[in-house]
Amino acid sequence: MAGQSMTSSAVPAGPQEEIFGFTKAQFVALLVMFAALVVAPFFLYPVFLMKLLCFAIFACAFNLLIGYVGLTSFGHAAYFGIGGYIAAHSAKVWGLTPELSIIIGALLAGVQGAIFGWLAIRRQGIYFAMITLALAQMIYFFCLQAPFTGGEDGIQAVPRGHLFGFISLAPDMTMYWFVAAVFVACFLLIHRIVHSPFGQVLKAIRENEPRTTSLGYRTDDYKLVAFILSATLAGVAGGTKSLVFGIATLTDVHWSMSGEVLLMTLVGGLGTVFGPMIGAAVIVAMQNYLAEMGAWVTVIQGVIFIACVLAFRRGIVGEIGNLLRVRL
Amino acid sequence: MDEIFGIPAPLLFGQLLLGLINGAFYAMLSLGLAVIFGLLNIINFSHGAQFMMGAFVAWMLLHYLGIGYWWALILSPLLVGLTGVILERTMICRLYKLDHLYGLLLTFGISLIIEGIFRNQYGSSGMPYRIPTQLSGAWDLGFMFMPVYRGWVVVFALFTCITTWLVIEKTRLGAYLRAATENAPLVQAFGVNVPRMITLTYGAGVALAALAGVLAAPIYSVNPQMGTNLIIVVFAVVVIGGMGSILGSVLTGFGLGIVEGLTKVFYPEASATVIFIIMVIVLLARPAGLFGRA
Repeated sequence: MAGQSMTSSAVPAGPQEEIFGFTKAQFVALLVMFAALVVAPFFLYPVFLMKLLCFAIFACAFNLLIGYVGLTSFGHAAYFGIGGYIAAHSAKVWGLTPELSIIIGALLAGVQGAIFGWLAIRRQGIYFAMITLALAQMIYFFCLQAPFTGGEDGIQAVPRGHLFGFISLAPDMTMYWFVAAVFVACFLLIHRIVHSPFGQVLKAIRENEPRTTSLGYRTDDYKLVAFILSATLAGVAGGTKSLVFGIATLTDVHWSMSGEVLLMTLVGGLGTVFGPMIGAAVIVAMQNYLAEMGAWVTVIQGVIFIACVLAFRRGIVGEIGNLLRVRL
Repeated sequence: MDEIFGIPAPLLFGQLLLGLINGAFYAMLSLGLAVIFGLLNIINFSHGAQFMMGAFVAWMLLHYLGIGYWWALILSPLLVGLTGVILERTMICRLYKLDHLYGLLLTFGISLIIEGIFRNQYGSSGMPYRIPTQLSGAWDLGFMFMPVYRGWVVVFALFTCITTWLVIEKTRLGAYLRAATENAPLVQAFGVNVPRMITLTYGAGVALAALAGVLAAPIYSVNPQMGTNLIIVVFAVVVIGGMGSILGSVLTGFGLGIVEGLTKVFYPEASATVIFIIMVIVLLARPAGLFGRA
């Protein structure tokens, strides 16, 4: 791939003191994040926070692929949406518990990711982006026609159910703690993946794929596994979202959703640990507070896209990290 | 000759014609994408939005200024092409040293802005655009009725595609263009103003999209979403055909339009997805695309 790579860190590499694989600065940021997660529901509307966390999971999953492997999927809405539909169907029609519904949704999203990833990694760069977009559009049309998705209406009135069969998730606060727990689990899992030997190979592929191949790694296998992991976690995000709002609709599988998650990750900072979360917070907050402006929200999103590409390629967290000379 | 494979002939030929028209748009759009990609190494995501702008400018010319279809066919591509030139000069030109994907992201942002502005101004419902009087009516071909305008679209699109191909393959300008696609610095060293050529190429690609938009205006209702849904299918067309060959993308465009039309007759449920399924098959059999260089 020609030119500057998608993510370049300005921070010098070298031995740094690490706490559970986090650098000191990252560990401080992690503690701040935990504190924010605990305090936030007492000040902000829990449903808004849950929406934010679901998109944060989605953006983190997406970042695993674009930020750490350098693969730009333009069709992640497909995994998010399928995760949502399957989880909603499991909870509503089969009456499964919420955790099982989300797991089933995530697994199917992962299977779908395995098939689509296997197809898409045959081509590189922009072709990869176009293929993932086209495959996602295929899923959109599938969801429009398939009987179980309810077409234009979507799956409505999905019960939140009882966690493990006995903790009712109907109260917003209980649901919030559940969603927060799911988010933290996904966040730490992604961190673990990125800092494993497997993750090191992923980063090597991002920096220089031919060289990684010449070192004896089957890069396609690594890319595929990363793709499956990312799709599965996107499915977790979609499933959780459909349980929070009790609805799974075509919006979740539409291409504009793929664009949104890309925007969130870009705004927060590609390849940063906390970027996707911050990006999700910014975009979800913007959509919430500017909702009455109608189609102007799309225009503003477009402007942010352009500003990020032309001026702030590191994203918010990347720029802050650059300013403080730490890696966040 | 009333039935073919158990399908009434008028239905079959009607859908074939519709497929051919869709194919004409696929061909014109994927041609523009291929020309832009060849020189700029950018996938122009805003191509669909610019197609929509072409249709809207034609509608605005008629609605506000009373300028009819024939002038719109010239003016609309020129105006939209000019916006393309401005976009390239102000924004896209800053990205050539970066990863190709930033070009995709930037043009995606541009398409969001264009679409949002038009949706604010004109809402989501479509605006009708009348077929010009010279092209209204229909011919009786014996086995089916052929609306004159639809025939015109197919013929004119073919004419545009062949002209573009001739310009690129047979003229001096086209030779410069092909040379710059292979090795831009070398061509520049020979004294050709490559940056200006890149700007004009982007403008021309965008103008092609706008021209397709004007052609589409009387067929589809003119609405802000008309471009984006189309462009995703065109992406699949481009993956199937490969962007290496101009003639290849034209053939793939028309061919897939016809396949889509036939699917509407024989298995309507799959008509929206058939092109994506073909893309999957092509990826499995020939990952570089039908006309692509591996």
